[in-house]
Amino acid sequence: MSFLDVLYFIIPSAIFYAAPLILAAIGAVFSERSGVVNIGVEGIMVIGAFVGIVFNLFTVDVFGDFTPWASLLAALVVGAVFSLFLAIPAISLRADQTVTGVALNLLGAAVALFSVKLIFDKGQTEFITERFARFDIPGLASIPVLGPMFFHNVYGTSILAIVVAIVAWFVIYKTPFGLRLRAVGEHPMAADTMGINVARMRYIGVMISGALAGVGGAVYSLTITNNFSHATISGQGFMAIAAMIFGKWHPLGTMGAALFFGLAQALSIVGGSIPYVQDIPNVFLLILPYVLTIIALAGFIGKANAPKASGIPYIKGQR
Amino acid sequence: MSNRVINILVPVISVIIGLIVGAIVMAVSGYNAVDGYIALWNGIFGDSYTIGETIRQITPYILAGLAVAFAFRTGLFNIGVEGQLIMGWAAAAYVGYAVEGLPKFIHLPLALIAAALAGAFWAFIAGVLKARFNVHEVIATIMLNYIALHVSNALIKVWADGGDKTQRILETASLRSPFLESITQYSRLHWGIIVALLMVVVMWFILDKTTRGYELKAVGFNHHAAEYSGMSVRRNIILAMTISGMFAGLGGAMEALGTFEYVGIKGGFTGIGFDGIAVALLGANTPLGVIFGATLFGSLQNGALNMPNEAGIPTEIVSIIIALIIFFVASGYVIRVLLEKFNSKKEGK
Repeated sequence: MSFLDVLYFIIPSAIFYAAPLILAAIGAVFSERSGVVNIGVEGIMVIGAFVGIVFNLFTVDVFGDFTPWASLLAALVVGAVFSLFLAIPAISLRADQTVTGVALNLLGAAVALFSVKLIFDKGQTEFITERFARFDIPGLASIPVLGPMFFHNVYGTSILAIVVAIVAWFVIYKTPFGLRLRAVGEHPMAADTMGINVARMRYIGVMISGALAGVGGAVYSLTITNNFSHATISGQGFMAIAAMIFGKWHPLGTMGAALFFGLAQALSIVGGSIPYVQDIPNVFLLILPYVLTIIALAGFIGKANAPKASGIPYIKGQR
Repeated sequence: MSNRVINILVPVISVIIGLIVGAIVMAVSGYNAVDGYIALWNGIFGDSYTIGETIRQITPYILAGLAVAFAFRTGLFNIGVEGQLIMGWAAAAYVGYAVEGLPKFIHLPLALIAAALAGAFWAFIAGVLKARFNVHEVIATIMLNYIALHVSNALIKVWADGGDKTQRILETASLRSPFLESITQYSRLHWGIIVALLMVVVMWFILDKTTRGYELKAVGFNHHAAEYSGMSVRRNIILAMTISGMFAGLGGAMEALGTFEYVGIKGGFTGIGFDGIAVALLGANTPLGVIFGATLFGSLQNGALNMPNEAGIPTEIVSIIIALIIFFVASGYVIRVLLEKFNSKKEGK
C-alpha cells in the first residue's frame, strides 16, 4: 500500500467513526456552556442508538428510503426528552449534577436493554435493512488527491456532523442566544440580574445536549453496528466528553478533537492492515484519546478552562 | 422531626418510591409486578444458596461504597472506583497464580496487598493530577477508568498467552472456604465479607479517630482554612485519593480471590464501581451507612438474577430501580422540603 492509498483508506474511516463523537460532543458543549455538567452523554447515546435501530426496523415499510433519516429524527426527540431526567433534578431540584449524570447512564443502559428484551425477547435487535447510502459529492469528488480523501463515498451523517459543529460555533459565538447561554454558564447571578432566565437557558442547553447525543448514538448504531445490543455503545459518550474538554469547550476545537479521536478509533480497528501502524500495540491506540485528554487538562497543551459555573446548581439569592 | 430523622427518612423514602415506580414500569410493560417482586425476594432469601450468593455480591459493593464514601468525606468525587477495582482485580489474580510456593498465611495477604496497592496507585495518579495540576478528579478518574480497562485487558492477554482469561489462582491465595460452601449449598460465598467489614472499621477509625483523618476532612470542608492552619492541602488530597483507591482495589481482590478465582478480558465495565456511588450516596457516606447501602443494592442485583426464570422479567428492571433511587436520593432537597412542610403543619395543629 502506498502512503496515498493509506490516506485514502484511513481518512474516510476516521471521519466515519468521528461523526457520532462530533454530534455528542457538540451537544455536551451546549450543556456545559449553560453550566450543567452532562456526565450522562453515554446514557443518552445508548437510548439514541436503541431508538434509531428500533424506529428503523418498525417503520421501514412506511418511510422507505427516508427511514434512516426519520430514525435520526426520532432519536433526536427521544434524546431531548430523556435528558430531562438530568435537567429536572440538576436544574430545578438542586441535585448533584455528577451523581445525576451517573444515574442517567445507568438508567439509559437499563431502559434500552429492558425494552430490547421486552420487544425482541432476546438480548439484541435484528439487523436493519434500510441503511444510510454513501454517495460522491458531485464536482468535488473528482478533485485529484483531495477528492478521494474527503468527497468520495461519503455518508450524509458525516456531513451532518460537520455542519452541526459549524452551526454550533455560529450560534454560541455570534448570536444573542449564544451570549446568554455562555453568560449563564460563567456567572449565572450576573446573567439573572440582567433579566436572563437562568433555569430556562440551562434547560435549553441540556435538551440540545440530549438531542444531539441521541442523534450521535443513532448515527453510531445506524452506520457502524446496524443493530443494537448491550455492547453497541461502549464508551463513546465519555469519549465525546473527552473531545469536548480536549477542544476546550469550543465547538470547532471540539470537532477537531472528535475527528482526531475518530482517527485513533479507526486505526485501532482497521490499523492491522496498514504498514507501520500494525506494529503499534492496539492498546496504545485505544487509550490515546483518554491519555491526551488528561495531558490537555494538566495544562501541557495550553490551559483548558471549564465554564466557571459549570457543575454548580444556581440558587436564586445565594452569593 | 429532628435533622437526624430526616437524614434517615430521605433514603428510605427514595427506596420506597423507587420500588413503587419499578412496579409501575413492570405493570406498564405487561409483566406481573407482584410475581416480579416475589421472584426478587426469592432470589435474595430463597434458600441458603441464594443467601450465600447475596452476601458474596454485597462484599465488593461494601468496598466500592467505602471507596466512594471515603473520597466524598474528604471533598473528592471518585468516579474512578471502577478503574481502580479493575486494576486491583488484575493485580490480585496475577499474584494469586504467578507467585508459587508460599504458605497461605503469606500468599493470601500478599495478593490482597497487591490489589490494594494497584487500586491505590491508580487513584494516586488522579490525586497527583488534582493536587499538582488542578485537573478535576471527576474527569481524570473517568479517563483513567477507560485506560484501566484497556491496559488490564492488554496485560491479561499477555499473561494468558493470547487467551482471554488467566489460569486459576492457587489454593494458597483463595478466599474460598469449603466450610462456607458446605453451609450454603455450594454457593460462591467466601471469607471476603470479613475483609470488607474489617475495612468498614478501618474507614471509621481513620476518619474519626486519627489526626490525619481530621486533616483529610478539614481539607475537604474548606481547603483555604486547612491551608491557613498549616495543613498541606496537596498532600492530603493525594493521600485521600490513595486511601479511597485502596478500598476499591480490595473490591477487585474479592472478585479475583473469591468469586471468580481468575481475571478475564472484559468487554466493558463491571458496574460495581458505579454502583458504589449509589451505595455511598444511600449510606450518606458513613461507614455504617455503606453497609446498609451495599446490602440493599447487592441484594437487589443478586435477586434480579432470579427474575427472568421465575417471573419472565428481564434483570434490567433492577438497574432501572437502582437508577431511580439515585435520582430520588440526589434530589433529596425536595423530599426534605416536603417533610419539613408536613412537619410544620403537624406542629401548627
